[in-house]
Amino acid sequence: MKNNFQSLLYFIPEITIVVTILLAIVSDLVNDLKKYTHYLTLFGLSLTGLFLLLDSSTSVSKFLFNDMLLFDSVSYYFKCIILFSTFSVILVSKYSKELDDEYRPEFNTLLLVVLLGMFLMTNSINLIMIYLALELVSIPSYVLAGILKNDKKSNEASLKYVIFGSFASGLMLYGFSLLYGLSGTLNIYEIHSILSSVNNPTAVLFSILLILAGFGYKISMVPFHYWTPDVYEGSPTTVTAFLSVAPKAAGFALMLRVFLNLFTIGGNFTSTLPILDINWPLLLAILSAITMTVGNVLALRQENVKRMLAYSTISHVGFMLMALCTLTPVALTGISFYLLMYAFMNLSSFYMVIYMSNNYKAETIDDWKGIAFKSPVLSFFMVLNMVSLAGLPPTSGFIGKVYLFRGLFFDQEFYWLGIIAVLNSVVSLYYYFKIVKSMYFFEDSNKKYKKPHPVINWSIIVLSSQNLLFYFYWSGLYEYIEGIFNL
Amino acid sequence: MENYILTLLIFIPVLGAILMLPISKLYGSSNSKYVALGATGIQLILSIWLYYNFVPENGLQFVVEKSWIDHFNIFYYIGVDGLSIPMVILTALLSFLCIIVSWKIDKRPLGYFSLFLLLDAGMMGVFLSLDFFLFYIFWEVMLLPMYFLIGMWGGPQRHYAAIKFFLYTLFGSVFMLLSILALYYYTAPFNDNVGTFNLIRLIELAPQIDSILWGYNIRTLIWIGLFIGFAIKVPIFPFHTWLPLAHVEAPTAISVILAGVLLKMGTYGLLRISYPLLPFEAINFAYTLAILGVINILWGAVNAIAQIDMKKMVAYSSVSHMGYVILGMASVVSANTSEAGIQAGLNGAVMQMFNHGTITAMLFILVGVLYDQAHHRWIVFPDNYKDQEVAGKLGFGGLASKMPVFNALIIIAFFAGLGLPALSGFISEALCFIGGFSAFKIITIIGTLGILLNAVYFLRAYQRVFTGTFNKKYDYLKDISTRELITVLPITFFVFLFGVYPSPLINMIKHSVQDIISIFQAAM
Repeated sequence: MKNNFQSLLYFIPEITIVVTILLAIVSDLVNDLKKYTHYLTLFGLSLTGLFLLLDSSTSVSKFLFNDMLLFDSVSYYFKCIILFSTFSVILVSKYSKELDDEYRPEFNTLLLVVLLGMFLMTNSINLIMIYLALELVSIPSYVLAGILKNDKKSNEASLKYVIFGSFASGLMLYGFSLLYGLSGTLNIYEIHSILSSVNNPTAVLFSILLILAGFGYKISMVPFHYWTPDVYEGSPTTVTAFLSVAPKAAGFALMLRVFLNLFTIGGNFTSTLPILDINWPLLLAILSAITMTVGNVLALRQENVKRMLAYSTISHVGFMLMALCTLTPVALTGISFYLLMYAFMNLSSFYMVIYMSNNYKAETIDDWKGIAFKSPVLSFFMVLNMVSLAGLPPTSGFIGKVYLFRGLFFDQEFYWLGIIAVLNSVVSLYYYFKIVKSMYFFEDSNKKYKKPHPVINWSIIVLSSQNLLFYFYWSGLYEYIEGIFNL
Repeated sequence: MENYILTLLIFIPVLGAILMLPISKLYGSSNSKYVALGATGIQLILSIWLYYNFVPENGLQFVVEKSWIDHFNIFYYIGVDGLSIPMVILTALLSFLCIIVSWKIDKRPLGYFSLFLLLDAGMMGVFLSLDFFLFYIFWEVMLLPMYFLIGMWGGPQRHYAAIKFFLYTLFGSVFMLLSILALYYYTAPFNDNVGTFNLIRLIELAPQIDSILWGYNIRTLIWIGLFIGFAIKVPIFPFHTWLPLAHVEAPTAISVILAGVLLKMGTYGLLRISYPLLPFEAINFAYTLAILGVINILWGAVNAIAQIDMKKMVAYSSVSHMGYVILGMASVVSANTSEAGIQAGLNGAVMQMFNHGTITAMLFILVGVLYDQAHHRWIVFPDNYKDQEVAGKLGFGGLASKMPVFNALIIIAFFAGLGLPALSGFISEALCFIGGFSAFKIITIIGTLGILLNAVYFLRAYQRVFTGTFNKKYDYLKDISTRELITVLPITFFVFLFGVYPSPLINMIKHSVQDIISIFQAAM
């Protein structure tokens, strides 16, 4: 255990973010510096990344700030995903025409605050800290969703987000207070050791349900998903891209930590039995089945591309929950593995949406007609993304899905969930390929080719190339992930 | 050469597809067909080399086994034996000919030919893989090019046909994926706790699985999962509804590939994977399989009789003909089949896979030849045809005098299709029936009705289109061109050759067939 001063040494990446936030605010105030805010933010993020990479002690677990935070290899891995996606979103956001330059400093600052919150989410092991980290992510997100002040949809998105968010946080807080009442402490490891002796399954089950509401809202699990489509549709596409990836990764990091370290018998990542015989894995399994089915079925009828991708996000969350409910070490690697690939393919798809709305004012699937013959390279990579999201070879999405299914067979349980899942992936193909169909099967002579900005162009290509890269060779990555969970 | 031949067979088309990009940039995309011709030509030459160097007695040969993903035990494991070599040759031959068939494609030729080559690579991969994971990947990779080929170059209903084909096949293959994973994890305890996808190793391991799930043995569930995957591809009734649509809407060359090669993947998968890995389940399933086979024969034929579109008729005839394969296969695994019956059934099934590939290719190409000139292929115009003057009347009539060479070829194709002796279809169908009869007497007798029904639609179609008074409207039709003749003649040669002298084919396959049979004799 390290006290506050000793801890600062390990806290350099976070401090860098804080400094960048402050500098970004200051530069917004000085007229001459205003136009540099973007580059300053990117520089700050690169520096953060550099400090993260230079940290050689990631494999050693460290309790910091008087047991408030735990720095270990798991949090390190998720931080890398989160930082990378945030960096990528900020990089691309400058070239999205949706955002006025006027709002850019605020946009960057808010994203950085969310980033800090997500970093803390991956580390928190104290109930209060968990709550604070979650709110640090949520509150700026509300503002980000509504950053287009003059756009009605954006306003609506923001308002819906606030109402849902605060409601879910309230439920979660109630769950936390129950746990505190049962154990008299806020540290999840201490709570865990006391819970087994308290032997009050009903109270624990109740708090699990309430906490699940809070986390479920963050990762948009059904029935806490209602905000997702509206917020994704109403927010600027850059924000949507960001919300669909980074907070999901952070949410899963936190969920893995809390559920596996608090509500299992062993109290660590490798334990395979739920605490006090409470069958919350079954509950999660049912929720997972509902989540993927609802996400996919509702996506079928969507005409708006952003909205469709929002529902597709929901179904992907269902898939990842499927691995979590099996409570096997294999599932942990499966989720971590999948989240990385998912981040790449989803960001790339959303950047394509940005390109389309920037250059062709495209919103619905019909607006994408014939684009394949105007910009064949980007369309090719978009098809790769769609195939990957649907989970078909030759893409890494397929490999990721196979690893999610592995958990079921390892655990030899929840096979019914596996069948629901594969049926869902068939359904999902239909709507992903609605986009492909629109791109390739129709001609539109009215469209003129418009060159994408090089940053957007290369972001799409580079992120999408991952689909092939991890398809042909994923051993190294997998072994690395196995290492972080000490399997 | 021995070590690289199979890898080259799979990846030469991929190489061709990649090479096509710079060439079409430099010399115009209409030249991409020369690359495609070159790539498939090399592939054909390689497959002929393979045929001459293949020793039937040696079982698996030209094996390459290289680790791909260590921790998951996935290998790049390919090889060829008597079961796969006819399919490899068929794939190479039809791919080469189909490039010539598609020579006149001028709508986005670069896309068409590069997708075609990727499809070709996928098909080769399926027939050569001996690692289940690799097999599945090739199996799925094929779907994408096929989707685009049907959806972009197909007929009026192409969009619907493309997605229907895609969804149907995917529906089957996801269950196959679950079965693959189940095999991997449930065989691990018998293999020092190391799971494996090695299909040869799994022959030993899979029958040992003995867990119960939902009141069924896991092996039964695995069998069902695999069966759904393969049955949709064959397609076995009631999973066949994607087939007529896809075959009719696809461009000619793609119909040839669909019917000639893709359908065989289903039966090939059953023979290569389901049968050896799960012999007990196959035995339990024999009766159902035989019934399904006979339903296929009859249902396909009856539907074909009802068609007034020539291509759709040919498509349904495929359903019927694949029924023979299923019936022949079913006879192998029945406990009361005689030794001779088993031999006949399985040899017949494998031969029918090859022979149907050639016959149906011929039929589709010839229908395509007519369609290219006349722009329709109605035997009888439908009642609600847009041109009310011809609605309900005969589509053609008396073409025999106008197109004598074409007429001769279509006679061969039709008669081969209805199983006339001295043409290849007869021998394999007869063998399938002999096998079937020794195991399931009544069912097979009902199935033989199919021969009669086959004759009905082929002869009726011939009569309506080629005989009778010549319709003056079609005075502009020319006889089959040299290019088209080149595409049909090699197949015609095989149809004749294996009709009178099938032993090259039988010699090639019989040792591997015997291996499968001995697995069952041990199991019974």
